[in-house]
Amino acid sequence: MNSEKVVFGFFILLALTLNFGFFIGDIDNIAHHNVYELFAALVVSLIATVLKFGDRTHLGAIFLATSLVADLQLLMAALIWGYAAHVSAAGMDTEATVAVVSFSGGALLANIVSVVLLLAETMTVRR
Amino acid sequence: MPDIFYVLLRRMRTPLIVLIVMYSVAVLGFTLIPGQDAEGQPWHMSFFHALYIVSYTASTIGFGEIPYAFTEAQRLWMMFVIHLTVVGWLYSIGSLLAVLQDPAFRRLRTEYVFQRSVKRLRTPFYLVCGYGDTGGILVKALADEGIKAVVVDRDENRLNELELNDCIRRPLGLLADAAKPAVLEMAGITNNYCIGVIALTDSDQTNVMVALSAHLLNPNLRVLARVESAEAGANIRSFGKNEVINPFETFAGRLAMAIHSPGMYTLFTWMTGVPHEPLREPLFPDRGLWVICGFGRFGKALHRHLEAAGIPMQVIDPDPVANQAPTGAIIGSGVEAITLQQAGVKQAVGVIAGTNDDVSNLSILMTARELRPDLFMVARQNQRDNSLVFDRADIDLLMKRGDVIAHKIFALLRTPLISDFLDAARERDDDWANQMVSRILGVVSEEVPYLWEIKINKVRTPALYKACLMGQVQLRDLLRDPRERVKSLPVIPLLLKRDGQVMVLPELDKPLEVSDRLLMCAAWPISDEMRWATQNENVLHYLLTGQETSGGDVWGRLLQNR
Repeated sequence: MNSEKVVFGFFILLALTLNFGFFIGDIDNIAHHNVYELFAALVVSLIATVLKFGDRTHLGAIFLATSLVADLQLLMAALIWGYAAHVSAAGMDTEATVAVVSFSGGALLANIVSVVLLLAETMTVRR
Repeated sequence: MPDIFYVLLRRMRTPLIVLIVMYSVAVLGFTLIPGQDAEGQPWHMSFFHALYIVSYTASTIGFGEIPYAFTEAQRLWMMFVIHLTVVGWLYSIGSLLAVLQDPAFRRLRTEYVFQRSVKRLRTPFYLVCGYGDTGGILVKALADEGIKAVVVDRDENRLNELELNDCIRRPLGLLADAAKPAVLEMAGITNNYCIGVIALTDSDQTNVMVALSAHLLNPNLRVLARVESAEAGANIRSFGKNEVINPFETFAGRLAMAIHSPGMYTLFTWMTGVPHEPLREPLFPDRGLWVICGFGRFGKALHRHLEAAGIPMQVIDPDPVANQAPTGAIIGSGVEAITLQQAGVKQAVGVIAGTNDDVSNLSILMTARELRPDLFMVARQNQRDNSLVFDRADIDLLMKRGDVIAHKIFALLRTPLISDFLDAARERDDDWANQMVSRILGVVSEEVPYLWEIKINKVRTPALYKACLMGQVQLRDLLRDPRERVKSLPVIPLLLKRDGQVMVLPELDKPLEVSDRLLMCAAWPISDEMRWATQNENVLHYLLTGQETSGGDVWGRLLQNR
């Protein structure tokens, strides 16, 4: 058993599940989307990205790319939320909610790709 | 992405994760701990505010408690956050600095910088493996000629010297073992601008490996290798069009030439001189018995060359049997007066101190001078560092190994016509050489003659090319002074090469043809004057006809219409 693989697999899956948890619910109802879950998804996704730093394999490069995409989308979602809640005069309206949730949906897709890659890598290991 | 970034990212994994975790814990804490607003109502900080507070706390700016004064619970957490973030940052920055300072990482970084600068080279360059005495002189001479060099050497001190010398075209240097093909590739052996590889390391094995790699990685490259054993030399010659230089043979050949035909020796030294080197006076050693001290590889080669020229010799060696010295060799080192006397120093015309130890060589000469002050003294200098004492010793002929080899290589690199000329010169006698020497003395002053090639083609000599196509141009016309055509420039046309045929000292009324190659010899500033005429149509027109024209097309048409 490779502990590095365990840790990485854990973070990738955690990022996906947290992201899913945040995404699920009505797209325009902010009550269905927990801010702590978005925060957790972002942090876990960032850690998963850093874990892939310095991996020179081709698959490692793709992992890094998908992780960076997920980070970017979650970061956008968080920024929109922060802007809507604190800076914008309109406050956290339907429009902002939809934007936040759809960005997290994009990140979810990237995370799914990550997990699919992880599964593919696991399947091809012959040890 | 190059190695260096991977290494940096890999090493920074833990510190980055520590930073992320630290920030997230700090932010999460602030959002969870309840506060009180101005009216005393319970209030929860949002992520936005929490991140704002953590940001200024972690960077130790510190703004105070906003938007409302903190509760005690919040202050407790704040205290925790301050210590956590400071420790986290210290650790991360410390790790980053440690990675940057790591010797392995620094080596990787210098290699990366080197590799990038080699890739960026857009001028032809030579790859020089081994930066010893010979390499040093060669690289300097190449730099003065405007040719770039990339140097690979294993010795850090030598490379530091390279960094410190002030050449206009600063050579690039890499601290690595040239025997590794990967190193050669990094140094640009496969680069399109690499025109040749010069292997000068002190190990034959490495030089053979460099020549082999060059042949396999880039077969069109010109390879010059220094080898000390005949087997390695034959090995390198067996593939590709490589040139091999044996320092002992070259060195002994030159020394023998100095003794049996001094005129030829002077001619050779001047022809292969590095530009701007001071001119050395011609030598006149007597004919007669020579005493050779030391019968190692150099002594053997010297013995063979002198024997071929029919010069009598007496050998002194500490161990004649083991070194296979000729019969009648005197046992001893030559530093004691008695051995020199035994060798017949009283009747001799000259003494050669040719051991591989500079101290012995100097002391042999000092002892010989005590016995016979009028003896012709020849010394072999092995270490460049000893120049100061050797120069002071007032020796008639000083052979610096590095110089001899570097000059030979330089002559081979600069223009192939020099080798053609020297080959042709070797077939003449010493009187011819003496005449050449006095002719050259007539055109140069304090520096060695500057040799350059004129190739009649469209690109390099457009004016001359056109003139040759249109009508007859004599060699004499080219030698006229562009400022006053009745005078001629102090230039000696040494050689004309046409369709593989070599004409030494061509006649002045020789008509020139397209794709002729000429080797000229003059003082350095004169070469520019002559190049001017070959490139500028107006100047050449004046030289050919004596009429001055101005170059513009419009002016030319106006003159025609009139």
